[in-house]
Amino acid sequence: MQRSNTYLFPFLILFLVLLFCFVLNLSLGSVAIPFNETLKSLFGGTVENESWQYIIWNYRIPKAFTAILVGSGLSLSGLLMQTLFRNPLAGPFVLGISSGASLGAALLIMGSALFSHWFIFEVINDVSLAIASSIGSFLVLLAVITVASRVKDTMALLIIGLMFGSITAALVSVLSYFTDAERLQQYIFWAFGSVGNLSGLQLAVLTVFILAGIILSVISIKSLNALLLGENYALSLGVHLKKTRFIIIIATGLLAGAVTAFAGPIAFIGLAVPHLTRQIFNTTDHKILVPAVLVYGAILLLLCDLIAQLPSSSYVLPLNAITSVVGAPVVIWLLVRKKKMIF
Amino acid sequence: MAIGYTSGKKQTDVANHISFGLTKGELGAIVGINGIGKSTLLRTLGRLQPKLSGSVIINNKPIESLRSDELASLVSIVLTEPIASKNLTVSQLISLGRHPYTNWIGTLSAEDQSKILNAIEILELESLKNSKCYELSDGQLQKVMIARALAQDTEIILLDEPTTHLDLYHKVHILKLLQRIAHDTNKVVLYTTHEIDLAIQLCDKIVIMNKTNNTFGAPCELIESKSFEDLFPKDTITFNPESGSFKINK
Repeated sequence: MQRSNTYLFPFLILFLVLLFCFVLNLSLGSVAIPFNETLKSLFGGTVENESWQYIIWNYRIPKAFTAILVGSGLSLSGLLMQTLFRNPLAGPFVLGISSGASLGAALLIMGSALFSHWFIFEVINDVSLAIASSIGSFLVLLAVITVASRVKDTMALLIIGLMFGSITAALVSVLSYFTDAERLQQYIFWAFGSVGNLSGLQLAVLTVFILAGIILSVISIKSLNALLLGENYALSLGVHLKKTRFIIIIATGLLAGAVTAFAGPIAFIGLAVPHLTRQIFNTTDHKILVPAVLVYGAILLLLCDLIAQLPSSSYVLPLNAITSVVGAPVVIWLLVRKKKMIF
Repeated sequence: MAIGYTSGKKQTDVANHISFGLTKGELGAIVGINGIGKSTLLRTLGRLQPKLSGSVIINNKPIESLRSDELASLVSIVLTEPIASKNLTVSQLISLGRHPYTNWIGTLSAEDQSKILNAIEILELESLKNSKCYELSDGQLQKVMIARALAQDTEIILLDEPTTHLDLYHKVHILKLLQRIAHDTNKVVLYTTHEIDLAIQLCDKIVIMNKTNNTFGAPCELIESKSFEDLFPKDTITFNPESGSFKINK
């Protein structure tokens, strides 16, 4: 067994990179704030421009924290899924979490148009959208868990998750066919993904969910390592398979469900970050991997958000597009370089 | 004991009327034709699947009464199925054998470390310690899996066809190693195999699984009672009691 202090150096570097990306994310945006002014504002110094101070504290810091939570949460749930399903292509959304959330959001935005005579006032806002997509992802997750308890084979569970995804995607497209352009646009904007515009309360709720997911993952570290051998071997090592599988699925549901509810369905981060992390930390030990994917995921999402903001312009690109543009080539590059995908 | 599978109300008997016992320090083999239920028997003994009837008793205790961590410190298993992550290094994989003994997060104590080193030493894996599992040959991987079972430090080691895919030299090498483990460390080692002639030469006890009757005993007793003779259809293969081997009828 390699001693853990050999990993101290890469961890230190990762933390420094995270700090740098955090400050960079604060200083760049539609209004460029000089790097040293950003630092000054962070450490309570007086800043030349009052509005910079305001932008940083009221807009950019919540957004950067959201990006960190979203990146960490998605990456960790990706790691959990890859180990649980013994499949390097598994991600947080294989259990139908994102499709459930999409269905929830679609039902609220486009479905409410169909039944609009029932509503006297406007019901769609950020909070109701988050609630609807949480309920959607939770219901689909529940359906998958119910089926999972009848299916012993984890691979079958993976396919069932994908099938649920297809069904919900079909329902969403039926809804979009019958809806008007304005509502459709609203739905599409949600599906673009964004880490901005979260209220303090929303940010607090997201933090609690992510923390709960992290705690559940940490108590599963030992079982996750045993699962690297396969389910039968894990069983012979004394792992409670049913309980472990349940805890891991709940952890994924909390992490990916909360993220999707508040930031929209963000693609590829959950799939790509665990693989990228394995490139730096050449290990399969979850004691190292769990903290590493948390930091790495945060860094990557801060950078993706930075690109999405198109620094010094007033345009904001869809975050989902950026993560896909960054994530998909990474997966291809890994496959080409390693000839095969190992985890 | 009867073994098999239940799915819903349907019960599929694989084999029944199996009865045998092994004591510490014995190397045992389960032999029989393909599909007779050797692996099912082994998996049932390791509680990877429930038995249909009868009992499995370890140290005077029925196997169902044991907690899963108690069982994990009594029985270790080497299966035919490939491990899920071939990205593990040899020493990481062997350390996972200490899973039943480590704390909640899996920290290895000094005792764990010494058991792991001991297992690596017995199987002569020092040079491969830091290799990844996908770099290993079948024979090397088999040795690593046996080392993992050894590191689990159980009184009983069950192995499902540990010698398939290996050449004759490595077959004998692995089997002699199992014999040495059983005799020197006073463990029960039980494995399934198709190499009946090797089993006859090396094992202390053999379980013969046959559709009509399952017999158990020391190899020479089984030869005397002509138990090997009706294992295969007589018109293709016959058993030669003097040499303890099978011959193809021409």
